[in-house]
Amino acid sequence: MNLLNALSSPLTGSITVALCWLAIGLLGLISAGNAYFARRIAFPLGALGGLVLGAIGLQAAWLPPEQMTLPLGLPDLPFHLRIDPLAGFFLMLLGAVSAGITFYATGYFRDETPGRLALIVLQYHVFLASMALVILADDAYLFMVAWETMALSSYFLVTTDHKLPAIRSAGFLYLLVAHLGAIAVLLCFGVLHGGQGDYTFDALRAAELTPVWATIAFLLAFFGFGAKAGMIPLHAWLPEAHPAAPSPVSALLSGIMLKTAIYGMVRVIYDLIGGVRWEWGMLVLVIGAGTTLFGVLYALMQHDLKRLLAYHSVENIGIILLGLGMSMVFIGFGHPAAGVLGLIAALYHTLNHAVFKGLLFLGAGSILHSAGLRDLNQMGGLIHSMPKTAFYFLIGALAISALPPLNGFVSEWLTFQTALQAPLLQNSVVRSLLPLFAAMLALAGALTAMCFVKVYGIAFLGQARVAPTAAPVHDAGNLERFGMAWLAAGCFVLGLFPTTFLLMLNQVGLSLTGQSLSDEALESSWLWLVPTAAEQASYSPVIFLLVIVGVTLLAFVLVRRFYHGRVRFAEPWDCGYPEQTSRMQDTADAFGQPIRHVFEPVYLMQRQMPTADDPAPRFSLKIEDRHWYLLYLPIARLAAYLSAKIGLLQQGRISIYLLYSFLTLIALLVFVR
Amino acid sequence: MNYATGIAFQILQSVFVVLAAPLLVGWVNQCRAWLQNRSAPSIWLPYFTLAKLFHKDAVIARNASPLFRLTPYVLFGCMWLAAGIVPVLATNLPFAPAADIIALVGVFALARVFSALAAMDIGTSFGGLGARREMLIGFLAEPAMLMTLFTAAFISGSTQLTTIVEALAHREFAIYPSLAFAAVAFLMVLLAENARIPIDNPSTHLELTMVHEAMILEYSARHLALIEWAVAIKLFAYMTIGIALFLPWGIAEGGNWAALPVAITALAIKLALAGAGLALLETLLAKLRLFLAPEFLSSAFLLAVLGMLTHFLVRG
Repeated sequence: MNLLNALSSPLTGSITVALCWLAIGLLGLISAGNAYFARRIAFPLGALGGLVLGAIGLQAAWLPPEQMTLPLGLPDLPFHLRIDPLAGFFLMLLGAVSAGITFYATGYFRDETPGRLALIVLQYHVFLASMALVILADDAYLFMVAWETMALSSYFLVTTDHKLPAIRSAGFLYLLVAHLGAIAVLLCFGVLHGGQGDYTFDALRAAELTPVWATIAFLLAFFGFGAKAGMIPLHAWLPEAHPAAPSPVSALLSGIMLKTAIYGMVRVIYDLIGGVRWEWGMLVLVIGAGTTLFGVLYALMQHDLKRLLAYHSVENIGIILLGLGMSMVFIGFGHPAAGVLGLIAALYHTLNHAVFKGLLFLGAGSILHSAGLRDLNQMGGLIHSMPKTAFYFLIGALAISALPPLNGFVSEWLTFQTALQAPLLQNSVVRSLLPLFAAMLALAGALTAMCFVKVYGIAFLGQARVAPTAAPVHDAGNLERFGMAWLAAGCFVLGLFPTTFLLMLNQVGLSLTGQSLSDEALESSWLWLVPTAAEQASYSPVIFLLVIVGVTLLAFVLVRRFYHGRVRFAEPWDCGYPEQTSRMQDTADAFGQPIRHVFEPVYLMQRQMPTADDPAPRFSLKIEDRHWYLLYLPIARLAAYLSAKIGLLQQGRISIYLLYSFLTLIALLVFVR
Repeated sequence: MNYATGIAFQILQSVFVVLAAPLLVGWVNQCRAWLQNRSAPSIWLPYFTLAKLFHKDAVIARNASPLFRLTPYVLFGCMWLAAGIVPVLATNLPFAPAADIIALVGVFALARVFSALAAMDIGTSFGGLGARREMLIGFLAEPAMLMTLFTAAFISGSTQLTTIVEALAHREFAIYPSLAFAAVAFLMVLLAENARIPIDNPSTHLELTMVHEAMILEYSARHLALIEWAVAIKLFAYMTIGIALFLPWGIAEGGNWAALPVAITALAIKLALAGAGLALLETLLAKLRLFLAPEFLSSAFLLAVLGMLTHFLVRG
């Protein structure tokens, strides 16, 4: 009975789930060598935990905040935990999305050796538990402990295949940037607490900051969490680290872990710092627009499927930042209702991205698992050998391309609606700039559609590009398919019933800003999505889907009724050229060529073109990220230079070190009395 | 204005658009033939072509996936849906609130993605080439279209097409600078999105230049007929969007049966003029090189943005 009572409170319930995850991880270690446990018990239990956590989070979004202190950690420094609508929303995201990914992992890791599997089970569940604790933390101390646990456990997951040098260096880069971000976050908490010596979030909320210090805290939080989220110019680790991990882990990293950074941003900027200024919003908008365009333009140039998806994660973080930035601008100018709409759009996109990016990474994992392919240029015609995976991947691809009536469209629609509130603003420059950011979003959306036509057309459609060498390609297994089906269903639910989630997110906005959407928006039925007022804008995905399916079916029935369904099968039309091979199809690089042409200045390209009388003609193309040369390598060189100079201190002789101690002692005696 | 009238108007309009769309294509072809000093085909020719195609047996490549056979129906469905949203004859469309201008652009994007995917399905080099070019044109046309529509949305304070049209029809007759910019941008988008000269040539099968035709090269019989019909509806829908935004006068506001004959006459006159104008443009302009298409469309985009900024600067 006690247990039931404990579970009925969202806070204790979610702590229990986090502890269960930890326990599952440790049990996996104890029973190392027993792969049966990991496959049949650990992962399914973990997925069940995700479902429970999702339900708890959904409930918590509607309840008043709840606090708790656990006598753990250092003496006099207990862990403070709190659940409020914002935490509830992110717990729901974590639970619901991780459930699908974990089900998939049950099938995906079936061929691992027991020893490796035990380690994966441990790291995987510690990773999940640490993300839950990041969201639940109510003091800077627990937050940082959970944040670092999350970084470390995911580092080990990324370097699962640590025998490959490329993966080791990707992991190192990830760890490095994660810690740079963590330092900034730590400093931000330092600024926020204002010398009180109390690091609970309550104390940080209460602290009064001068505008200068508040801005410094904002910058530290924005760049600290931004490093983890993968916004430019701190994104360089993301396209390296996310593809390096096993696919379910890539899905967790891109789908969920990036979102904890968004959580941190919202928590610190809206809740802890408070008093959002519009200038901050403009910075977020500029970086968000840059991140969006950069992400999609580089994604279009990739031919490694997982790398391409990782660049799209960069893009989607940019879209989320656009929503957040608009929200901050409106709040800064004193229009909290429009600000809440922007916040809702950003958070809705956070959830949507978790669902469809998780799905797409799982699909990429199934291709890797069944066909052994990661390079798009070697795929082709997979819709024939893995039709079910192809179906789920199509849903993910349509969702990420922001096509109605799926979920990606809803959040971009809400972001557009936020931008269309621009006439409210007093500052005429900002008022005319805001729709321009919406234009960036529209451009990025259309480019994303192009990129996913490329991915889907080249991987799943057409003819196989390389002759199958090993066993014939089979479809994904049942458990893998179940994981994908769960997330694909999520794309539909989030796309078709947005009002339900809008109301939930309204609670989040209300708890953070004290303002909610207009009454008309809140009173609209589940069928209609109304962001401000019905005569301003409305959208009904259910009716939309019914009509489009209805008229499509009607067209089909009419054609069959009045005419016929006769079909003859033939070879594809060869345009009069008898020699047609599958190598004549477009490749991923060829598909991106027009973009390379149009956006040439964006890329750092090395192209080697064959001449007309080349005996061995070869075409090679290498595209690199300019940020490496402009930002990362100079910093790396500076760090190497400084360490070399500091290295001079190390002489390796005991007498020299004794001299240092002696000099230090003298200095202390002279200056510190 | 009760609900039943609304539904009646909705169904009437959707059926009207679907049935009348090939006529517009016939009219444009006829005008173009006259302008080019050729003897013109019958205005009913598109209907005969459709009927002929429907009667034939479909020839499908052996390695076609279900997506290939599904796509023509999806395209037709998308365009039919678009025909239901755009206020062509009347403004009380009960279905219109289900999808606003952003969703309308989304419907066109959905159709574009499906047709590009179907083009890549067989795995011939032409299909991929057409899909690639179509997406290239689409990624610039779509934001330009959205910006044009946003200008109208800012003027009327709504993204509902019916509300926009009612607001615009009631303004006094004055030239809004922002709408003038938007109209030029919209015209450029219309040419690009409907595979018209100077971006694409609907009557060529020259491999170096074709875009839309390259995508549908593998289609035959009823599938081809559905695609051609969908293309006709798309042209009709785009023209009526343009008319609704920039020349809305004469539309039957509310559920007014008495205004319907006037509305139909006004629409017929406006469409006849617009079709003749399109034919004139196609006769006067030359097709642009493919890589000039982005420049053409980015100028459309910039014009649309300029229109929006003008609205904020001069409030009109």
